[in-house]
Amino acid sequence: MIEVDARGLSCPEPVIMAKKALKKSPDGIDIHVDNVASKENVSRYLEAMGCKVSLNEGIGEWLISGRK
Amino acid sequence: MISSFKEKRNLAITGALIGVVAIVLMVLGNPGNMGFCIACFIRDIAGSLSLHNTAIVQYMRPEIIGIVLGAFIISVIKGEFKPRAGSAPIMRFVLGFFMMVGALVFLGCPLRMVLRLAAGDMNAFIGLLGFITGIAIGSFFLNNGFSLGRAHDVDRIEGAVFPFINIVLLFILLFFPSLLKFSESGPGSMHAPIVISLLVALIVGMAAQRTRLCMAGGIRDIFLIKDFTLITGFVFIFIAALISNIAIGNFHLGFADQPVAHDKHLWNFLSMALVGLSAAMLGGCPLRQLILAGEGNSDSAVTVLGMLIGAAFSHNAGAASSAGTGPAMIGKVSVVVGLVFCLALAAVITRKRSRQ
Repeated sequence: MIEVDARGLSCPEPVIMAKKALKKSPDGIDIHVDNVASKENVSRYLEAMGCKVSLNEGIGEWLISGRK
Repeated sequence: MISSFKEKRNLAITGALIGVVAIVLMVLGNPGNMGFCIACFIRDIAGSLSLHNTAIVQYMRPEIIGIVLGAFIISVIKGEFKPRAGSAPIMRFVLGFFMMVGALVFLGCPLRMVLRLAAGDMNAFIGLLGFITGIAIGSFFLNNGFSLGRAHDVDRIEGAVFPFINIVLLFILLFFPSLLKFSESGPGSMHAPIVISLLVALIVGMAAQRTRLCMAGGIRDIFLIKDFTLITGFVFIFIAALISNIAIGNFHLGFADQPVAHDKHLWNFLSMALVGLSAAMLGGCPLRQLILAGEGNSDSAVTVLGMLIGAAFSHNAGAASSAGTGPAMIGKVSVVVGLVFCLALAAVITRKRSRQ
Protein backbone atom coordinates (compact mmCIF):
# COMPACT_ATOMS: atom_id res chain seq x y z
CA MET A 1 0.00 0.00 0.00
CA ILE A 2 1.37 3.39 -0.97
CA GLU A 3 0.47 6.53 0.95
CA VAL A 4 0.77 9.80 -0.97
CA ASP A 5 0.87 13.30 0.46
CA ALA A 6 -0.64 15.72 -2.05
CA ARG A 7 -1.47 18.43 0.49
CA GLY A 8 -0.68 21.95 -0.66
CA LEU A 9 -0.87 20.90 -4.29
CA SER A 10 -3.69 21.79 -6.62
CA CYS A 11 -5.05 20.27 -9.80
CA PRO A 12 -3.84 18.45 -11.70
CA GLU A 13 -0.86 17.38 -9.59
CA PRO A 14 -2.69 15.28 -6.97
CA VAL A 15 -4.36 13.30 -9.77
CA ILE A 16 -1.03 12.67 -11.48
CA MET A 17 0.41 11.53 -8.16
CA ALA A 18 -2.55 9.19 -7.71
CA LYS A 19 -2.04 7.84 -11.21
CA LYS A 20 1.66 7.16 -10.61
CA ALA A 21 1.06 5.64 -7.18
CA LEU A 22 -1.64 3.37 -8.54
CA LYS A 23 0.79 2.11 -11.16
CA LYS A 24 3.25 1.13 -8.43
CA SER A 25 0.60 -0.25 -6.13
CA PRO A 26 -2.26 -1.60 -8.28
CA ASP A 27 -4.24 -2.94 -5.28
CA GLY A 28 -4.93 0.49 -3.94
CA ILE A 29 -3.55 3.73 -2.50
CA ASP A 30 -4.13 6.27 0.26
CA ILE A 31 -3.77 9.90 -0.70
CA HIS A 32 -3.97 13.05 1.41
CA VAL A 33 -5.40 16.19 -0.22
CA ASP A 34 -6.39 19.53 1.26
CA ASN A 35 -8.69 21.18 -1.24
CA VAL A 36 -12.13 20.26 -2.48
CA ALA A 37 -11.30 20.35 -6.18
CA SER A 38 -8.48 17.84 -5.65
CA LYS A 39 -10.72 15.67 -3.47
CA GLU A 40 -13.30 15.51 -6.27
CA ASN A 41 -10.73 14.95 -9.03
CA VAL A 42 -8.78 12.25 -7.23
CA SER A 43 -11.97 10.44 -6.15
CA ARG A 44 -13.32 10.58 -9.69
CA TYR A 45 -10.05 9.30 -11.09
CA LEU A 46 -9.83 6.39 -8.64
CA GLU A 47 -13.45 5.46 -9.37
CA ALA A 48 -12.75 5.54 -13.08
CA MET A 49 -9.82 3.20 -12.47
CA GLY A 50 -12.19 0.72 -10.82
CA CYS A 51 -11.35 1.46 -7.19
CA LYS A 52 -13.76 1.55 -4.29
CA VAL A 53 -13.27 5.02 -2.82
CA SER A 54 -13.70 5.96 0.82
CA LEU A 55 -13.18 9.39 2.34
CA ASN A 56 -11.88 10.32 5.77
CA GLU A 57 -12.42 13.97 6.54
CA GLY A 58 -9.99 15.80 8.78
CA ILE A 59 -9.78 19.52 9.53
CA GLY A 60 -9.42 21.15 6.13
CA GLU A 61 -8.08 17.96 4.56
CA TRP A 62 -9.15 14.53 3.42
CA LEU A 63 -7.65 11.08 3.29
CA ILE A 64 -8.89 9.35 0.16
CA SER A 65 -8.55 5.57 0.10
CA GLY A 66 -8.92 3.74 -3.17
CA ARG A 67 -9.10 -0.07 -3.08
CA LYS A 68 -9.46 -2.49 -5.92
CA MET B 1 -20.21 6.98 -10.97
CA ILE B 2 -23.36 8.97 -10.20
CA SER B 3 -21.24 11.81 -8.86
CA SER B 4 -19.34 11.95 -12.14
CA PHE B 5 -22.60 12.29 -14.06
CA LYS B 6 -23.69 15.11 -11.77
CA GLU B 7 -20.41 16.94 -12.29
CA LYS B 8 -20.74 16.67 -16.04
CA ARG B 9 -24.36 17.81 -15.92
CA ASN B 10 -23.47 20.86 -13.80
CA LEU B 11 -20.57 21.69 -16.10
CA ALA B 12 -22.89 21.41 -19.10
CA ILE B 13 -25.40 23.78 -17.47
CA THR B 14 -22.65 26.24 -16.51
CA GLY B 15 -21.14 26.07 -19.99
CA ALA B 16 -24.49 26.64 -21.65
CA LEU B 17 -25.16 29.54 -19.27
CA ILE B 18 -21.84 31.20 -20.14
CA GLY B 19 -22.35 30.63 -23.85
CA VAL B 20 -25.78 32.26 -23.80
CA VAL B 21 -25.01 35.18 -21.49
CA ALA B 22 -21.87 35.98 -23.49
CA ILE B 23 -24.02 36.54 -26.54
CA VAL B 24 -26.64 38.43 -24.51
CA LEU B 25 -23.95 40.76 -23.13
CA MET B 26 -22.74 41.32 -26.69
CA VAL B 27 -26.27 42.20 -27.82
CA LEU B 28 -26.53 44.56 -24.84
CA GLY B 29 -23.39 46.42 -25.88
CA ASN B 30 -20.18 44.43 -25.29
CA PRO B 31 -17.73 44.28 -28.25
CA GLY B 32 -18.12 41.74 -31.05
CA ASN B 33 -17.62 38.10 -30.04
CA MET B 34 -16.28 39.40 -26.72
CA GLY B 35 -19.16 38.72 -24.36
CA PHE B 36 -16.82 37.48 -21.70
CA CYS B 37 -13.18 37.72 -22.65
CA ILE B 38 -11.08 37.58 -19.49
CA ALA B 39 -7.89 38.76 -21.20
CA CYS B 40 -9.57 41.61 -23.09
CA PHE B 41 -11.39 42.77 -19.99
CA ILE B 42 -8.33 42.70 -17.74
CA ARG B 43 -6.62 44.67 -20.51
CA ASP B 44 -9.46 47.22 -20.42
CA ILE B 45 -9.11 47.47 -16.64
CA ALA B 46 -5.36 48.07 -17.04
CA GLY B 47 -6.27 50.93 -19.37
CA SER B 48 -8.92 52.28 -17.04
CA LEU B 49 -6.31 52.37 -14.26
CA SER B 50 -3.94 54.29 -16.58
CA LEU B 51 -1.45 51.43 -16.67
CA HIS B 52 -1.49 51.82 -20.45
CA ASN B 53 -2.60 54.67 -22.66
CA THR B 54 -4.30 52.94 -25.57
CA ALA B 55 -7.39 55.15 -25.62
CA ILE B 56 -9.70 52.63 -27.31
CA VAL B 57 -9.37 49.87 -24.67
CA GLN B 58 -10.08 51.50 -21.32
CA TYR B 59 -13.01 50.47 -19.13
CA MET B 60 -13.47 49.16 -15.59
CA ARG B 61 -15.15 45.92 -16.65
CA PRO B 62 -17.72 44.82 -14.06
CA GLU B 63 -17.53 41.30 -15.53
CA ILE B 64 -14.07 40.72 -13.99
CA ILE B 65 -15.10 42.20 -10.64
CA GLY B 66 -18.29 40.15 -10.61
CA ILE B 67 -16.55 36.87 -11.40
CA VAL B 68 -14.05 37.35 -8.56
CA LEU B 69 -16.74 38.41 -6.09
CA GLY B 70 -19.11 35.64 -7.19
CA ALA B 71 -16.41 33.06 -6.52
CA PHE B 72 -15.58 34.78 -3.22
CA ILE B 73 -19.19 34.84 -1.98
CA ILE B 74 -20.04 31.26 -2.91
CA SER B 75 -16.77 29.88 -1.57
CA VAL B 76 -17.39 31.58 1.78
CA ILE B 77 -20.96 30.23 1.88
CA LYS B 78 -19.87 26.71 0.96
CA GLY B 79 -16.90 26.67 3.32
CA GLU B 80 -14.44 26.49 0.44
CA PHE B 81 -12.85 29.89 1.02
CA LYS B 82 -9.36 28.64 1.68
CA PRO B 83 -6.64 31.28 1.78
CA ARG B 84 -3.32 29.83 0.68
CA ALA B 85 -0.08 31.06 -0.79
CA GLY B 86 3.53 30.20 -1.39
CA SER B 87 3.59 28.13 -4.56
CA ALA B 88 6.18 29.94 -6.69
CA PRO B 89 4.53 33.40 -6.72
CA ILE B 90 7.05 35.16 -8.95
CA MET B 91 7.15 32.33 -11.46
CA ARG B 92 3.37 32.52 -11.55
CA PHE B 93 3.53 36.29 -12.03
CA VAL B 94 5.79 35.86 -15.07
CA LEU B 95 3.69 32.98 -16.45
CA GLY B 96 0.57 35.14 -16.03
CA PHE B 97 2.39 37.97 -17.80
CA PHE B 98 3.20 35.79 -20.81
CA MET B 99 -0.24 34.17 -20.80
CA MET B 100 -1.62 37.69 -21.30
CA VAL B 101 0.98 38.58 -23.94
CA GLY B 102 -0.07 35.49 -25.91
CA ALA B 103 -3.78 36.21 -25.49
CA LEU B 104 -3.37 39.79 -26.71
CA VAL B 105 -1.43 38.74 -29.81
CA PHE B 106 -4.21 36.27 -30.60
CA LEU B 107 -6.83 38.81 -29.43
CA GLY B 108 -8.63 36.77 -26.83
CA CYS B 109 -8.35 34.40 -23.92
CA PRO B 110 -9.41 30.74 -24.34
CA LEU B 111 -12.98 31.72 -23.52
CA ARG B 112 -13.14 34.30 -26.28
CA MET B 113 -11.43 31.80 -28.59
CA VAL B 114 -14.43 29.50 -28.13
CA LEU B 115 -16.87 32.41 -28.54
CA ARG B 116 -15.10 33.46 -31.75
CA LEU B 117 -15.19 29.89 -33.01
CA ALA B 118 -18.91 29.75 -32.26
CA ALA B 119 -19.38 32.84 -34.43
CA GLY B 120 -17.67 31.15 -37.39
CA ASP B 121 -14.28 32.88 -36.94
CA MET B 122 -11.94 30.24 -38.35
CA ASN B 123 -8.88 32.13 -37.08
CA ALA B 124 -9.98 30.89 -33.68
CA PHE B 125 -9.77 27.34 -34.99
CA ILE B 126 -6.09 27.92 -35.79
CA GLY B 127 -5.81 29.36 -32.28
CA LEU B 128 -7.49 26.27 -30.85
CA LEU B 129 -4.94 24.03 -32.58
CA GLY B 130 -2.16 26.10 -31.00
CA PHE B 131 -3.91 26.03 -27.63
CA ILE B 132 -4.21 22.23 -27.73
CA THR B 133 -0.55 21.95 -28.75
CA GLY B 134 0.53 24.17 -25.85
CA ILE B 135 -1.52 22.15 -23.37
CA ALA B 136 -0.13 18.90 -24.78
CA ILE B 137 3.41 20.17 -24.19
CA GLY B 138 2.49 21.34 -20.69
CA SER B 139 0.86 17.98 -19.94
CA PHE B 140 4.02 16.21 -21.03
CA PHE B 141 6.02 18.18 -18.47
CA LEU B 142 3.35 17.67 -15.77
CA ASN B 143 3.39 13.95 -16.42
CA ASN B 144 7.14 13.92 -16.00
CA GLY B 145 7.17 15.68 -12.66
CA PHE B 146 6.73 19.39 -13.37
CA SER B 147 5.36 21.23 -10.34
CA LEU B 148 5.33 24.79 -9.08
CA GLY B 149 5.49 23.42 -5.56
CA ARG B 150 3.20 23.33 -2.56
CA ALA B 151 1.16 26.20 -1.20
CA HIS B 152 0.36 26.49 2.48
CA ASP B 153 -2.53 27.91 4.43
CA VAL B 154 -2.39 31.60 5.27
CA ASP B 155 -4.50 33.97 7.31
CA ARG B 156 -8.06 34.61 6.14
CA ILE B 157 -7.28 38.33 5.92
CA GLU B 158 -4.58 37.64 3.34
CA GLY B 159 -7.08 35.69 1.26
CA ALA B 160 -9.67 38.44 1.51
CA VAL B 161 -7.40 41.18 0.18
CA PHE B 162 -7.87 40.41 -3.52
CA PRO B 163 -11.69 40.21 -3.32
CA PHE B 164 -11.58 43.43 -1.27
CA ILE B 165 -9.59 45.18 -4.00
CA ASN B 166 -12.36 44.22 -6.42
CA ILE B 167 -14.99 45.68 -4.08
CA VAL B 168 -12.98 48.91 -3.97
CA LEU B 169 -12.75 48.99 -7.78
CA LEU B 170 -16.52 48.49 -8.00
CA PHE B 171 -17.06 51.28 -5.50
CA ILE B 172 -14.85 53.61 -7.55
CA LEU B 173 -16.64 52.63 -10.77
CA LEU B 174 -20.05 53.35 -9.25
CA PHE B 175 -19.32 56.46 -7.20
CA PHE B 176 -16.04 58.03 -8.35
CA PRO B 177 -15.76 57.16 -12.04
CA SER B 178 -13.78 60.35 -12.67
CA LEU B 179 -10.77 58.58 -11.10
CA LEU B 180 -10.81 56.11 -13.99
CA LYS B 181 -10.28 56.36 -17.71
CA PHE B 182 -13.03 55.37 -20.11
CA SER B 183 -12.70 54.89 -23.87
CA GLU B 184 -14.79 57.24 -25.98
CA SER B 185 -14.49 55.03 -29.05
CA GLY B 186 -13.38 51.50 -29.93
CA PRO B 187 -13.92 48.26 -27.99
CA GLY B 188 -13.44 49.94 -24.60
CA SER B 189 -16.42 52.22 -25.23
CA MET B 190 -18.69 49.28 -25.98
CA HIS B 191 -20.30 47.77 -22.94
CA ALA B 192 -23.51 46.38 -21.51
CA PRO B 193 -25.17 48.26 -18.62
CA ILE B 194 -23.03 48.02 -15.45
CA VAL B 195 -25.70 46.40 -13.27
CA ILE B 196 -26.48 43.67 -15.80
CA SER B 197 -22.80 42.92 -16.43
CA LEU B 198 -22.18 42.71 -12.71
CA LEU B 199 -25.15 40.48 -11.91
CA VAL B 200 -24.41 38.12 -14.79
CA ALA B 201 -20.76 37.92 -13.76
CA LEU B 202 -21.66 37.19 -10.13
CA ILE B 203 -23.74 34.22 -11.30
CA VAL B 204 -21.03 33.04 -13.70
CA GLY B 205 -18.38 33.38 -10.96
CA MET B 206 -20.48 31.30 -8.59
CA ALA B 207 -21.25 28.62 -11.18
CA ALA B 208 -17.62 28.44 -12.32
CA GLN B 209 -16.46 28.12 -8.70
CA ARG B 210 -18.86 25.27 -8.00
CA THR B 211 -18.03 23.35 -11.17
CA ARG B 212 -14.24 24.15 -11.37
CA LEU B 213 -14.86 25.11 -15.00
CA CYS B 214 -11.56 25.66 -16.81
CA MET B 215 -10.92 26.11 -20.50
CA ALA B 216 -7.44 24.58 -20.30
CA GLY B 217 -8.20 21.92 -17.70
CA GLY B 218 -10.65 20.05 -19.90
CA ILE B 219 -8.13 19.49 -22.66
CA ARG B 220 -5.36 18.79 -20.13
CA ASP B 221 -7.37 16.11 -18.33
CA ILE B 222 -7.93 14.30 -21.61
CA PHE B 223 -4.17 14.21 -22.24
CA LEU B 224 -3.24 13.32 -18.68
CA ILE B 225 -5.89 10.91 -17.45
CA LYS B 226 -8.35 10.47 -20.36
CA ASP B 227 -11.00 12.16 -18.26
CA PHE B 228 -13.76 13.94 -20.20
CA THR B 229 -15.46 15.70 -17.29
CA LEU B 230 -14.01 19.21 -17.46
CA ILE B 231 -14.15 19.36 -21.26
CA THR B 232 -17.95 19.22 -20.93
CA GLY B 233 -18.00 22.89 -19.90
CA PHE B 234 -15.87 23.89 -22.88
CA VAL B 235 -18.08 21.98 -25.32
CA PHE B 236 -21.32 23.39 -23.95
CA ILE B 237 -20.06 26.98 -24.08
CA PHE B 238 -19.38 26.37 -27.75
CA ILE B 239 -22.75 24.74 -28.47
CA ALA B 240 -24.77 27.37 -26.58
CA ALA B 241 -22.87 30.27 -28.16
CA LEU B 242 -23.16 28.68 -31.60
CA ILE B 243 -26.93 28.32 -31.34
CA SER B 244 -27.28 31.85 -29.94
CA ASN B 245 -25.12 33.30 -32.69
CA ILE B 246 -27.09 31.56 -35.43
CA ALA B 247 -30.32 32.72 -33.79
CA ILE B 248 -29.30 36.39 -33.87
CA GLY B 249 -27.58 36.19 -37.27
CA ASN B 250 -24.06 36.64 -35.88
CA PHE B 251 -22.59 33.50 -37.48
CA HIS B 252 -20.18 34.31 -40.33
CA LEU B 253 -17.94 31.43 -41.33
CA GLY B 254 -14.49 32.40 -42.62
CA PHE B 255 -11.09 33.90 -41.90
CA ALA B 256 -11.52 37.43 -43.25
CA ASP B 257 -13.19 40.45 -41.63
CA GLN B 258 -13.97 38.85 -38.29
CA PRO B 259 -14.65 41.28 -35.40
CA VAL B 260 -11.55 42.22 -33.37
CA ALA B 261 -9.42 39.47 -34.95
CA HIS B 262 -6.65 38.99 -37.51
CA ASP B 263 -5.82 36.21 -39.96
CA LYS B 264 -2.07 35.78 -39.41
CA HIS B 265 -2.23 32.02 -39.00
CA LEU B 266 1.28 31.40 -37.66
CA TRP B 267 0.82 34.00 -34.92
CA ASN B 268 -2.69 32.87 -34.04
CA PHE B 269 -1.24 29.39 -33.59
CA LEU B 270 1.90 30.35 -31.66
CA SER B 271 0.22 32.92 -29.42
CA MET B 272 -2.43 30.41 -28.30
CA ALA B 273 0.25 27.74 -27.89
CA LEU B 274 1.85 30.16 -25.43
CA VAL B 275 -1.49 30.61 -23.64
CA GLY B 276 -2.04 26.83 -23.54
CA LEU B 277 1.43 26.06 -22.25
CA SER B 278 1.41 28.75 -19.57
CA ALA B 279 -2.13 27.81 -18.51
CA ALA B 280 -1.13 24.15 -18.17
CA MET B 281 1.89 25.15 -16.07
CA LEU B 282 -0.26 27.46 -13.93
CA GLY B 283 -2.96 24.83 -13.43
CA GLY B 284 -5.71 26.86 -15.05
CA CYS B 285 -6.86 29.29 -17.73
CA PRO B 286 -7.37 33.05 -17.07
CA LEU B 287 -10.98 32.45 -15.95
CA ARG B 288 -9.92 29.77 -13.49
CA GLN B 289 -7.20 32.05 -12.08
CA LEU B 290 -9.87 34.68 -11.31
CA ILE B 291 -12.03 32.06 -9.59
CA LEU B 292 -9.14 30.71 -7.50
CA ALA B 293 -8.14 34.26 -6.57
CA GLY B 294 -11.72 34.78 -5.38
CA GLU B 295 -11.41 31.62 -3.26
CA GLY B 296 -8.52 33.23 -1.42
CA ASN B 297 -5.66 31.74 -3.41
CA SER B 298 -2.92 34.39 -3.30
CA ASP B 299 -0.80 32.58 -5.90
CA SER B 300 -3.64 32.96 -8.39
CA ALA B 301 -4.13 36.58 -7.33
CA VAL B 302 -0.45 37.17 -8.15
CA THR B 303 -1.04 35.44 -11.50
CA VAL B 304 -3.89 37.88 -12.21
CA LEU B 305 -1.61 40.79 -11.34
CA GLY B 306 0.94 39.33 -13.77
CA MET B 307 -1.79 39.31 -16.39
CA LEU B 308 -2.67 42.93 -15.58
CA ILE B 309 0.94 44.03 -16.00
CA GLY B 310 1.28 41.81 -19.08
CA ALA B 311 -1.66 43.69 -20.59
CA ALA B 312 -0.13 47.04 -19.72
CA PHE B 313 3.18 45.97 -21.26
CA SER B 314 1.48 44.63 -24.38
CA HIS B 315 -0.17 47.96 -25.08
CA ASN B 316 2.63 50.25 -23.96
CA ALA B 317 5.19 48.37 -26.06
CA GLY B 318 2.83 47.80 -28.98
CA ALA B 319 3.00 44.02 -28.63
CA ALA B 320 -0.78 43.54 -28.66
CA SER B 321 -2.15 42.82 -32.11
CA SER B 322 -4.21 45.34 -33.98
CA ALA B 323 -7.57 44.09 -35.20
CA GLY B 324 -7.28 43.29 -38.89
CA THR B 325 -3.54 43.79 -39.34
CA GLY B 326 -2.19 41.37 -36.73
CA PRO B 327 0.90 41.56 -34.55
CA ALA B 328 3.78 44.02 -35.00
CA MET B 329 7.38 42.76 -34.77
CA ILE B 330 7.49 43.40 -31.02
CA GLY B 331 4.39 41.25 -30.59
CA LYS B 332 5.96 38.37 -32.51
CA VAL B 333 9.21 38.68 -30.55
CA SER B 334 7.27 38.74 -27.27
CA VAL B 335 5.44 35.52 -28.15
CA VAL B 336 8.68 33.74 -29.07
CA VAL B 337 10.40 34.99 -25.92
CA GLY B 338 7.40 33.80 -23.89
CA LEU B 339 7.48 30.35 -25.47
CA VAL B 340 11.24 30.01 -24.94
CA PHE B 341 10.88 31.15 -21.32
CA CYS B 342 8.03 28.75 -20.54
CA LEU B 343 9.73 25.79 -22.24
CA ALA B 344 13.04 26.47 -20.49
CA LEU B 345 11.36 26.89 -17.10
CA ALA B 346 9.30 23.74 -17.55
CA ALA B 347 12.34 21.75 -18.68
CA VAL B 348 14.57 22.93 -15.83
CA ILE B 349 11.96 22.28 -13.13
CA THR B 350 10.94 18.91 -14.59
CA ARG B 351 14.55 17.79 -14.76
CA LYS B 352 15.22 18.88 -11.20
CA ARG B 353 12.07 17.16 -9.87
CA SER B 354 12.67 13.92 -11.74
CA ARG B 355 16.09 13.61 -10.11
CA GLN B 356 14.62 13.88 -6.62
